[in-house]
Amino acid sequence: MLKLELRPQESQVWRYASPLLALAITVALGIGLFMLLGKDPLRGLQMFFWEPLKSVYALGELMVKATPLLVIALGLAVCYRSNVWNIGAEGQFVIGAVAAGGVALLADKETGRWMVVAVVLAGVAGGMFWASITAWLRDKFHANEILVSLMLVYVADMVLGYLVYGPWKDPAGYNFPQTKSFEAVTQIPRLMSGSRVSVGLILALIGVAAVWVFLFRTRAGFAQQVGGLAPAAARYAGFSSRRALWTALLVSGGAAGLAGALEVAGPLGQLTPYVPAGYGFAAIIVAYVGRLHPVGMVFSAVLMSMFYIGGELAQSRMGLPKSITGVFQGLLLFSLLACDTLVAYRLRWQSRRV
Amino acid sequence: MESYALLVAATLNAGTVLAIAALGLLINERAGVVNLGAEGMMLCAAIAGFATVVHTGSDGLGFLAGMGAGALLAAVFGFLVIYLSTNQYATGLALSLFGVGFSAFVGIGYVQEKLPQRPSFEIPFLADIPLLGSAFFKQHPLVYGVMAFVLGLMWFFYKTRTGLVLRSVGESPESAHALGYSVRRIRFYAVVAGGALCGLSGAYISIAYTPLWVEGMVAGKGWIALALTTFATWRPARILLGAYLFGGVTMLQFHLQGLGVQVPSQWLTALPYIATIVVLALISRNPAWIRINMPASLGKPFHPGS
Repeated sequence: MLKLELRPQESQVWRYASPLLALAITVALGIGLFMLLGKDPLRGLQMFFWEPLKSVYALGELMVKATPLLVIALGLAVCYRSNVWNIGAEGQFVIGAVAAGGVALLADKETGRWMVVAVVLAGVAGGMFWASITAWLRDKFHANEILVSLMLVYVADMVLGYLVYGPWKDPAGYNFPQTKSFEAVTQIPRLMSGSRVSVGLILALIGVAAVWVFLFRTRAGFAQQVGGLAPAAARYAGFSSRRALWTALLVSGGAAGLAGALEVAGPLGQLTPYVPAGYGFAAIIVAYVGRLHPVGMVFSAVLMSMFYIGGELAQSRMGLPKSITGVFQGLLLFSLLACDTLVAYRLRWQSRRV
Repeated sequence: MESYALLVAATLNAGTVLAIAALGLLINERAGVVNLGAEGMMLCAAIAGFATVVHTGSDGLGFLAGMGAGALLAAVFGFLVIYLSTNQYATGLALSLFGVGFSAFVGIGYVQEKLPQRPSFEIPFLADIPLLGSAFFKQHPLVYGVMAFVLGLMWFFYKTRTGLVLRSVGESPESAHALGYSVRRIRFYAVVAGGALCGLSGAYISIAYTPLWVEGMVAGKGWIALALTTFATWRPARILLGAYLFGGVTMLQFHLQGLGVQVPSQWLTALPYIATIVVLALISRNPAWIRINMPASLGKPFHPGS
């Protein structure tokens, strides 16, 4: 029978091959799912892997969705590398969007272009504030950060709901739960005409470089990760675990808040109850599939963005529910975790001993 | 007065949802496995149960389908974390994310469906007592079932050999292994049992508690159930009490609205989540107290012979 045997050393090959194998398994399961539903699997694959790439405009849309995923995942990677389990990035994203939206609503016809900077900074601050609740409860009360950060996602949704159904509702909005559309000066500048790609993409790529330098080239980044890998060693070396906790949550909260600001002052242009689009949860998968490595996450963010766009196309052109995106995202993470076994173990065929 | 009786009844009902799931999670946590996939299992079970009742008209089959769905997903989770030693947090999270997406995907055709006339239950004679009757004796059988189950689980954990073995696997898998017990098989059974109960809870939501199907209708109850095991310091009876406490908080919002309290509905809806956070913080305040009560190997994989 097949037996798992511990490798003397982790396999570097499988560290990078595992996400590819996981993607292959997900695609295979996807083909099976399409056939089960009586849809043409080739056409299905085309929606996910060809349509998002086939024109400059489509590529732009791919980047529009990849940007928030990448920004959030960069923060989460710092978190997970320090063994801090923030799974409430969705809530930090929403509060970031709310804070950014609140500032954007202050703008009027006379406001200068500097306003967009204030909007973005407000988003970062909002996300940091929301994550700091988790950090504080963990630090002071030892409350489990997984459950607290997740519960705060629901609370954040309620805060958003309260504002757009209540005090921030557009009086001229025919009673729809939404704020008035933000002034043009709050709009995140676009990179070119004819595409919705914005400065946010540049910020995300700067973030990739910044996180890379922090993690692999600074003492603070090293101390941050030792706490996650070997808490005892970190204590011995005098690295503060409280400091690592706060850094992890403030960085990831700030990143998620930034993504919220870019989204609400970018493609959305107003606050509605539909601001939470699941990016905060999808970014967890992006972080894992990208091996918690800044460069790897660029690829996985693009892949996850393809899943989103493919899902929308599958809905409009093939009559499949959009939630197929969530199914594939879940399958991808499942397969990845299973394939990662091959990093630490090898499969051996062993005849059953009697 | 009658409205208070109804509040008590609704509290017991809401608490039952949480208690069933939390007791299931308690079984696998006692064996040393934490399953963050509760929310996903409950959602899949909710749609499985709902769809089964729509097609067969039988509530019993619906509950069975829910338990089956929960057990099946838990088996996949269990295989990964127990036999492939994957990270329990990440795998549970994957299960939750998958469950949210998959239930929405399969459930799309059932959003407008209605279940056949819901049966009403009452215990003869007792239900006719004023106030007490409507507070306690007109409930779904599972409301009483979970009370009996808690007693059964206490007996199982603390009075039977199998229960002792299960707990020892969670406390010290090495010793259990040395005594000749198959740690991994016992953990796997515990995980599947936990999944079946989460499934029962999910099916109860869509069949009896709020008989309809809406995307994401479990609304965090799986996560609250996870918090309950910590809140109860891994004791069955305390889980039941905690579940009723949280059920009460959930129901309070409707009661306050009924009384005409002028608070925006969103704040009231957020109440159970805020309550969970506050209670979790208070109970975790003393880390030594948690460490004493927590199954010692919780979250750690076990690889025999390593």
